[in-house]
Amino acid sequence: MQQVGAKCDPAPSRWVYRYERLMLTPLFRLFLRAVLPFVVVFGAGAIWLSSEERRDTLNAAIHDIRTSIETRPEFMVNVMAIDGASAGISEDIREILPIDFPISSFDLDLAQIQDSISGLPAVAGATVRIRPGGIMQITVTERDPVILWRSQDGLELVDNEGFVVARADSRAAHGTLPLMAGKGAENHVPEALALYEAAGPLSGKMRGLVRVGERRWDVVLERNQRILLPEVGAVQALERVIALNQAQDLLERDLAIVDMRIASRPTIRIAQRAVEELWRIRQLQVEKKE
Amino acid sequence: MIELYESQRAMRNMRKAAMQRGVVAILDVGTSKIACLVLRFDGTERLSEVEGIGSMAGQSGFRVIGAATTRSRGVRFGEIDAMQETERAIRTAVQAAQKMAKIRVDHVIACFSGAAPRSYGLAGKVDLEGQVVSEQDVARVLASCDVPDYGDDREVLHAQPVNFALDHRSGLSDPRGQMGQQLTTDMHMLTVDAPAVQNLAHCVKRCDLELAGIASSSYVSGMSALVEDEQELGAACIDMGGGSTGLSIFMKKHMIYADAVRMGGDHVTSDISMGLQVPAAAAERIKTFYGGVHATGMDDREMIELEGDTGDWEHDRRTVSRAELIGIMRPRVEEILEEVRARLDAAGFEYLPSQKIVLTGGGSQIPGLDGLASKILGQQVRLGRPMRVHGLPQAATGPGFASAVGMCLFATHPQDEWWDFDLPVERYPVRSLMRAMRWFRDNW
Repeated sequence: MQQVGAKCDPAPSRWVYRYERLMLTPLFRLFLRAVLPFVVVFGAGAIWLSSEERRDTLNAAIHDIRTSIETRPEFMVNVMAIDGASAGISEDIREILPIDFPISSFDLDLAQIQDSISGLPAVAGATVRIRPGGIMQITVTERDPVILWRSQDGLELVDNEGFVVARADSRAAHGTLPLMAGKGAENHVPEALALYEAAGPLSGKMRGLVRVGERRWDVVLERNQRILLPEVGAVQALERVIALNQAQDLLERDLAIVDMRIASRPTIRIAQRAVEELWRIRQLQVEKKE
Repeated sequence: MIELYESQRAMRNMRKAAMQRGVVAILDVGTSKIACLVLRFDGTERLSEVEGIGSMAGQSGFRVIGAATTRSRGVRFGEIDAMQETERAIRTAVQAAQKMAKIRVDHVIACFSGAAPRSYGLAGKVDLEGQVVSEQDVARVLASCDVPDYGDDREVLHAQPVNFALDHRSGLSDPRGQMGQQLTTDMHMLTVDAPAVQNLAHCVKRCDLELAGIASSSYVSGMSALVEDEQELGAACIDMGGGSTGLSIFMKKHMIYADAVRMGGDHVTSDISMGLQVPAAAAERIKTFYGGVHATGMDDREMIELEGDTGDWEHDRRTVSRAELIGIMRPRVEEILEEVRARLDAAGFEYLPSQKIVLTGGGSQIPGLDGLASKILGQQVRLGRPMRVHGLPQAATGPGFASAVGMCLFATHPQDEWWDFDLPVERYPVRSLMRAMRWFRDNW
């Protein structure tokens, strides 16, 4: 009942009051602050992108911008420089990397390039980087062949770690390198080299090393003499033989095999002709007696 | 009585829900102002560890995080008179308090001063079923109280067990677990007019709030204005509000009597308004600035200008001396205090061991009131201010906020009421099962 001239005190209306209470509800405030903006932005984006045409336009625009950045001269690679590789290997590298320069550095997959270069047999390792000035710098560490390996497939060059570096055309082309043979020999290149080192005075006579049964070494000398070395302590056994040889001219005699496989019982096998001669001498003695 | 039990129980559950949510609003619907405080509970664990036995309704530490006051509209004699106006005023207060607290409140605990509160003392007696007093026995003795016929249109606001006695031992506060034969209890019951409660509940509901409790304003202002020893030894708290003056008597930390005089500060204002021929707003202003109850010689010379806007120069330029103003105010204040004296006498206040009287409420700020009150009510009169609570703004610490602050205590540390105890099992079909169980236990 409104009275005459009575001034009403200010009071919030029912709806203002409800609105205020709603705005003070924590969950509703969270909804307003986080969920609603997300839904609005996401919904607007989804509606805008629902048209195929607009999607294509957007993709084309993005692609254009991307290309324009990628083809800036700062990012272009013009030259490939290869360091630390011999002429043949750099030829190989250029062959397996068919890159049309200039190319944007964004299009180069350096890891893949590095993998493919490292995959070359003659390459121990490679680093690939793009140098300022648009140069792709490839630094290669080559494998050095240290020994020749004769196998059923032919003559091959092997490096210190047993990797086959390349095929050798002939023995004569690599006259300075020692020779080994036998299956599994490539896994014991350091031991073979140590044996060659230890051979010293015998090296003139040595024709090569043979890996026997994938477990031990034979030293093959000229006149088909062989020194059978044990699995363990091969170098020491060879040194003993050399010492014997120096003391008693062991290898000058008509021997076929010096067997050092059992260290406590070195054995020698005399050659066929010498055995027959021995028998003949023995029989001579018997006839003389009679 | 059972439906009252249910409705009060529902309000208790609402209050527990509010405590779980952590905020509850306090609404003091007075005749001159409506105050709303928003409380934040700090959790119950720390307190219950210290206290040992907590009260059954649960209690909590709290902090006031929002406070707002607005001029009350549509309330007369502490009862809602114009629902729409009151609803608007409640909305204003609640919205401002919510804004200050920056949180939405859904549960509100309200108090009002009017509606003719009437106190009843009930006594109950029951023989124990076993040797030891169990919760069931307490419930049974409370249920055995002989409830007087308090009228159809009245509702029970408080029903607190004040005292328990086991055989010849009286004065027990918690008889559970004690040995005895016969348990008796004294209960204090406060009834008010049901329409007033329903109007308030309706107003609160119209504001989209849930009512989580109702209290009598005279009770809660006693809780906040009386200090601990006064509550223990016996004291009366007189809450001089705008439309009604509530009085409550406390003894052993329990309210044992409450009543209200349907006169208050607004009557003083209307006397001034009528006597000096000024509008009510000007009369209120004159009362608060120049009011008093003791005239001295100085007051004859102090002239108060009565401003008006009627356009009549003679009428608008009147002056009145302060002695005249006091002459208008004093008889009404005396009348109120005499009426309070009569109510206290009816309650048998003079037989209490301590005769302490505490004046609080907005009307107690009249200068010189304590002197006048001590002439009428007795020597031990003091002016009371509500105790301090956490976070209460300075503006809301005056004696006019005694009931609002008391409501904070009522909301957080309620005394056990009758409905906090379980209903006795006799009311359920469980009883026969219990009897069978007892028979088994006795025979094997």
